[in-house]
Amino acid sequence: MSKRVGIEVSIALADVVGMANTDVVAAYPITPQTHIVEHLAELVADGELDAEYIPVESEHSAMSACMGSAAAGARTFTATAGQGLELMHECLYVASAMRLPIVMAVANRALSAPISVWGDHSDVMACRDTGWIQIFTENGQEVVDIALCAFRIAEDNNVLLPTMVHLDGFHLSHVIEPIMMPEQSQVDAFLPPNKYPFFLDPARPQAMGDFAPPAIYTETKWAQEVNLQKSKETILKAWKEFAEIFGREYKPVESYRCDDAKILLLTMGSYSETAMTAIDAMREKAECENVGLLRLRLWRPFPTDELRKAIENADVLIILDRALSFGSAGGPVGMEIKSALYDVSKKPKIVNFVGGLGGRDITVGNFEELIKKGIDIAENGSENEFEIYGVRE
Amino acid sequence: MGKSENELTWKEIEVGGIVTEPGNASQYKTGDWRSQKPTYDFNKCIKCGMCQIFCPEGCINQNEEGYFVADLFYCKGCGICAHECPTFVITMKEEE
Repeated sequence: MSKRVGIEVSIALADVVGMANTDVVAAYPITPQTHIVEHLAELVADGELDAEYIPVESEHSAMSACMGSAAAGARTFTATAGQGLELMHECLYVASAMRLPIVMAVANRALSAPISVWGDHSDVMACRDTGWIQIFTENGQEVVDIALCAFRIAEDNNVLLPTMVHLDGFHLSHVIEPIMMPEQSQVDAFLPPNKYPFFLDPARPQAMGDFAPPAIYTETKWAQEVNLQKSKETILKAWKEFAEIFGREYKPVESYRCDDAKILLLTMGSYSETAMTAIDAMREKAECENVGLLRLRLWRPFPTDELRKAIENADVLIILDRALSFGSAGGPVGMEIKSALYDVSKKPKIVNFVGGLGGRDITVGNFEELIKKGIDIAENGSENEFEIYGVRE
Repeated sequence: MGKSENELTWKEIEVGGIVTEPGNASQYKTGDWRSQKPTYDFNKCIKCGMCQIFCPEGCINQNEEGYFVADLFYCKGCGICAHECPTFVITMKEEE
């Protein structure tokens, strides 16, 4: 039986990466990801994990080393955050286009300037279109579970795509939570050995990452897009089989108290837990008995069908973005959802907030206020395309 | 030899664009990058092979009569052969 332990989420994540029998970790430390890779370095140094730990000189090198490692057929893990993710940026596109199954944890952090080590989703959103599978987590248990699933999904021979596991910097990475740590036998039952079919082998010469002239580039990109869209089938299958072994079930769009809800709040990541408490509080006070919460877990491939189904009965959808898309008509998640719902005939009124930037808390009380403000805007309109929440005028 | 890049469909692309056929760069026509082509006055040629040594494309071969000639399927028309030829055999001429 698996055991419930009180443990820092970063340490639990590193432990489970070890239990996945990871072969190679290439990483550069950056707040708030540091504890993850520090603990992995310890596991390797102490002989508890038989892996190669490559202490590289930058995140660009970390991802480059990971690509070589994955191409050799090794189970490969790295982690980063904020500026580190951005320094990897060009390599992220290469990893996905070359179909290299790397798993990366991102301890989401705001981008400079001004320097902020605290959490928001600006780093993720800048990497939105890199072709990686991207999954959000909201508590320590999910970080551990989704990380295990990430190896299974990325390495599945129908997928072969790098996968990001997003956990909010500090709010998740640095907290101590009760987590059901898996048994090694459970991990082994769920996660087969990595069988990357195109591993580098002198007996079978091949060239990876070649160039493509205009006559073939479009074909390569479309093949990549179809593959990423199709990966959802494998993601759903992996989550189903995970539930059979571990008893915890994950969905692309999670709903909380939505059965009778007409007003939906949509969040991503750790703030969803606070939002749930706010939903409970509002329902208890009978202030707003028809509120519910949607949590977007799968960010790429975007779960268009599941989202459309989730909003079927809603009159108002209030979306909280934790990143700005400078100079645009909304937050990145808000714009994406508006786009996904444009062709739906019966759709809710959408109100998009941007808040929680650079680690600013959104408390239970704040969420109640935000929902009430959203309802007001849905009824009476606003002169803004989207609302910034909590800014001092 | 597999299909050329003009014929492959997106379903036929190898996973991740991996090239599994060694040496298939020889199928890639670089000759159509050329704006000037080398022309030869073999009366002056001493068959020294300097043009072959300097050719960055490696596309100059010796023919049956011993003269050195660029393969126009690959020749990009850089003109280095004409510049290096010690007896001025090669003249670069505009492609029509």
